[in-house]
Amino acid sequence: MTRQEWRALSYGEKREHFNEAFNRFFKWILSGFVGFIMATGELVRFGHSSVKLAFTRPFRWDQIVSHMEFVGNKSIVIICLSGLFTGLALATQIYLGFKIVNMTSMVGPTVGLGVLRELGPVLTGLIVSARAGGAMAARLGTMRVTEQIDALEVMGVDPIQYLVSPRIIATVLVMPLLTAVFDFVAMIGCYLICVYLFDIDQASFVARTTEWLEPFHLWEGLFKGALFGLFFAVICTMRGYNTKGGAEGVGNSTNEGVVTSMVMIIVLDFFLTNLINAFYNITGNMFS
Amino acid sequence: MSGEAKPDAQYAVELKDVKKSFDGKDFVLNGIDLQIPKGMITVVIGYSGTGKSVLLKHILGLLKPTSGSIKVSGKEITELNDQELAKIRQHYGMLFQYAALFDDMTAIENVIFPLREHRRDLSKGEMLKVAKDRLKDAGLDPKHFNKMPAEMSGGMRKRVGLARALALDPEILIYDEPTTGLDPVLTEMVDNLIVSTHNLRKGSTSIVVSHDLYAAFRIADHVAMLDNGRVLLYGTPDDFLKSDIDLVKRFVSKGVRKELQPKGGESDAGETEEPARSTE
Repeated sequence: MTRQEWRALSYGEKREHFNEAFNRFFKWILSGFVGFIMATGELVRFGHSSVKLAFTRPFRWDQIVSHMEFVGNKSIVIICLSGLFTGLALATQIYLGFKIVNMTSMVGPTVGLGVLRELGPVLTGLIVSARAGGAMAARLGTMRVTEQIDALEVMGVDPIQYLVSPRIIATVLVMPLLTAVFDFVAMIGCYLICVYLFDIDQASFVARTTEWLEPFHLWEGLFKGALFGLFFAVICTMRGYNTKGGAEGVGNSTNEGVVTSMVMIIVLDFFLTNLINAFYNITGNMFS
Repeated sequence: MSGEAKPDAQYAVELKDVKKSFDGKDFVLNGIDLQIPKGMITVVIGYSGTGKSVLLKHILGLLKPTSGSIKVSGKEITELNDQELAKIRQHYGMLFQYAALFDDMTAIENVIFPLREHRRDLSKGEMLKVAKDRLKDAGLDPKHFNKMPAEMSGGMRKRVGLARALALDPEILIYDEPTTGLDPVLTEMVDNLIVSTHNLRKGSTSIVVSHDLYAAFRIADHVAMLDNGRVLLYGTPDDFLKSDIDLVKRFVSKGVRKELQPKGGESDAGETEEPARSTE
């Protein structure tokens, strides 16, 4: 509608147009909200039944170990590489900033806090969800479209217990270990660049870092890592398990699984950080 | 309620007035009445979209009907929970359209899988022996036992799928579109395999879902034709050839060559992969 046409309308007609547009907007918001609630409900239900089934007979220990190897062992190289360069880059940036205020001895603790509490679990979650989560969604999606999941069901084997639960449990167990590896390698990178490139005194670096970092900073990161693992494993396996269509469906499930997982990890991190801070405040252990 | 079947039941599968609607309006199954006798080969045929696959999923307990009754070996399955259904499904063996082999397992591992899940009383050696026997029964050359599904031809995959279906010694064997997408020689090989497997396992019931009437007439004792979610005609292949129903006539004229006769007691099937007889 042009501006002239709009001006030509009576007050009643304008009000009708406005009401219609408002209704459409409201319906759009409402359907989006309802869709979000439904999707969250479905995710919680799927995750709950999968975790519950992991602790019912027959136990799938061999499956869990095999998936731990896939998620953990095969991610080690990229986690080490990412951790090393994250530590190097972060230390460089923080050194450049702290040098202005003559506080270069605080580079180690600052990088340590950032890596242990935030970057370690978040980046590990993002990297592993892209690698292992995508593979999980693609594998289950392929099994769905080639009727392998139906075959399991017809054989009287619960496909969620056999295929989904071991993947979720394996991811939850492995993610804190990968996070710890990321943290360790990132701190090595930070140490190397600070001591050998920026000439920060080695003793001062170690003393300051151990003075400011507490074990619970590490636990916080590992806990976050496990929770991110739970989230992306449930999201990716659910997408793969519910794949519809052929090869295109598998591609869509993989894409949706990885994208949703990555966004969820970042969003969840914000809320989790605040929740953990609130917990420390209440219990009086807050690092300050 | 237990998942145990009644061995003295007259029919392997009984469906009474089974209706299924996914949206509450259109009925995919619209009052199916079908009794599949024990120890026979029954072929369910029909045009695409007439509800064959949905019917199959109901028999397997993968879908629950909107209304009606489904009995497997005399046991009502519509009220069973997942665990009880899982028990009932151990009475089934199923050959999927594209075999649905687990692609991370070799041929023999695929056959061992159901034994590992349900026959924990067997030792590893016993499982291996059963798996080898089943693969041999299905006509797979031992040199292919350790091949992955990706390394096998369509016919070999069907044989492994059949061996896996036979692993638990099921009472009811179900074949979902077993010849779809196969060339004529392989189609005949699979038909022969179905008949020879059935003959080898006295008393077992075979249900074949297909739209290939030619194949159906070669192997069937009974044929059920579905249309619009109902059984349009149930009878012997002869009944189909003599039927006056327009839709059956059209289906028969398109699906069966004139000179082809129904199975009628011939037992040449199942010996080799080569065509058992000329189709022209």
